Amino acid sequence: MKPASLEAYRDVAPPGTVEFLYRLSEKVQGRSFLHVNSTHQGGGVAEILMRLVPLLNDIGVKTSWEILEGTLEFFRVTKAFHNALQGEEQVITEDMYETFLECNRHNAARLPLEADLVMIHDPQPAALVLARKVPGTWVWRCHIDASRPQRRVWTFLRRFVERYDAAVFSLPKFAQRLAIPQYLIYPSIDPLSDKNRELSDSEVAGILSRLGVPQDKPILLQVSRFDRFKDPVSVINAYRMVKRRNECRLVLAGGGAADDPEGKVVLAEVREAAGRDPDIHVLELPPDAHLEINALQRAATVVLQKSTREGFGLTVAEAMWKGKPVIGGTAGGITVQIVYDLTGYTVNSVEGAAYRIRYLLNNPEAATRIGRIAREHVRRNFLITRHLADYLTLLHVWADGGGRCKNPGPTPW
Amino acid sequence: MTRFQFVACSELIQILGLRADDERELAEILEKVSLDCVHYHTHGHFLRHGFVGAPYPNDFATWAAIQVRDRVLGERLGVVSPLDFPSLEDLREEILTIIDDHLSHLNIVPRVIFGDPFDFMQSRIVEAPTGEIADSLETFRSGLARIQPSAVYFHTIEASRRLGRPDTDFAAWLRESLGLDTLAAAVNRVDPYAGSLERLRTELLRLCDGELGLPLGTGLPGAPGPESPGTT
Repeated sequence: MKPASLEAYRDVAPPGTVEFLYRLSEKVQGRSFLHVNSTHQGGGVAEILMRLVPLLNDIGVKTSWEILEGTLEFFRVTKAFHNALQGEEQVITEDMYETFLECNRHNAARLPLEADLVMIHDPQPAALVLARKVPGTWVWRCHIDASRPQRRVWTFLRRFVERYDAAVFSLPKFAQRLAIPQYLIYPSIDPLSDKNRELSDSEVAGILSRLGVPQDKPILLQVSRFDRFKDPVSVINAYRMVKRRNECRLVLAGGGAADDPEGKVVLAEVREAAGRDPDIHVLELPPDAHLEINALQRAATVVLQKSTREGFGLTVAEAMWKGKPVIGGTAGGITVQIVYDLTGYTVNSVEGAAYRIRYLLNNPEAATRIGRIAREHVRRNFLITRHLADYLTLLHVWADGGGRCKNPGPTPW
Repeated sequence: MTRFQFVACSELIQILGLRADDERELAEILEKVSLDCVHYHTHGHFLRHGFVGAPYPNDFATWAAIQVRDRVLGERLGVVSPLDFPSLEDLREEILTIIDDHLSHLNIVPRVIFGDPFDFMQSRIVEAPTGEIADSLETFRSGLARIQPSAVYFHTIEASRRLGRPDTDFAAWLRESLGLDTLAAAVNRVDPYAGSLERLRTELLRLCDGELGLPLGTGLPGAPGPESPGTT
């Protein structure tokens, strides 16, 4: 992947955006910005930092990215924390808390935790804040839905979170009752990454052929981990209702089954529900199958994300960016991305999904209109360029005391 | 003559941690929040709807209609135009009065069952020049066509609050620097609260084209037209 340069986004970002970002960056030139998370690869946080960090440097913000070093035991503990924060009942022992703290202490001694703005991503490195010494703003960036956490784990974590100057959440409903300011920053997609860049028809055809998915019928697609909250069996049921009158194929593509016992169970349920229907394709993809997902989304006629519980659900923005109409469940960030009847449809039932699939298959002009507006909606709200503006604004407000709420400024000319 | 420098803005949104699950809570919290918060959910609503307009022109109306599924309150709040109120305090009073009156005719308080609660928020605005500068109507028109939607917001909706007068920045400059009083008056008459920022930009470009004698309806080059949703 080429090093990111803001110039590369001139043709994909909304008009005037690149110029504005250069001007906005002048306010924070030379400022330092440190990100700390727990992995260099895999997962949405690493994916976005991989692109944002070079872009911030490109426009004059001295940005670095450090990774928390942890043992397998530490990551087992933080996986349990993660599940508990997302509302799953977990058994957490005193030893597990100590493992968490010990790893954070070890990394606090090892990492150069000095910058004008230090952004700590997610719970794993949250206790690093105990090591803050020099002046500088510390912000905790929470990417997960921690709105209904298991109380004891949240109580433990909260004492670290409240040592930060501020917290950033991806949706208002993910926020917590905290004594520090809480901000809202939506995640974003990178239009130039392998998952989202333009592909030629022949590239798409080649990839689909390798995946064994013929393009002879309209394709319905859901890309997601094999997880009950993604409701894959309901998608199969909706497909069957549609199939009575409309020829189509259904592709359920995702990963997460290889190293996740529950994923294996859900995958088995999905395969059982699919039966021997040759028009249902259940694809297990590795975590780095970005081009394959890109091609499937581009080949699809209708994209589904019928989740019953969801984080932000950026697969919706990915499909919308490719000009596809998306039918989503009313969960998490899906309702922020889908404006009903304009950029897609949100549904609450199998029947609702089936009805909207049928409508879109039989009204291709509506599907085209929705896809066109959806792409523009993503261009203006969910691209990395907007994310960059948000981080520059956060840096300016916190590192320089910039921005204003209500005090009138001077006339701008 | 003073040149016009187009300024765009970015906002940092703060979640206040105040949440309403029903319409009475909405009113009770609205009564106590800062005027910045009132601004965010009314005037500021447009900064977040640059291309796709929301079903109603303020967050309170949209929440009532879409999340609570109380169309009547949504419609009653949706017609409130912030332009009609000299201050944010007056605007808040009007919204509260409408909610109270609505609830006084009901036996139950409508609440969220399937939708999301209302989260109160406010934001900080950081402004920066766009690099576009105008010294004539022609360069004003071309700059207006190229700037970010947030610059349209900054010079129209945000300007009236910043300057404490009904003039937008555009109208004030057209009158004071170019002497185009009629065009300035027409620019001020465009209702900024009747759709997305792109719709507003298209209207302003149409007025400039009329003054320049250009063919009408050329709109914004290279960008699709603004969109507005129906209600769900």
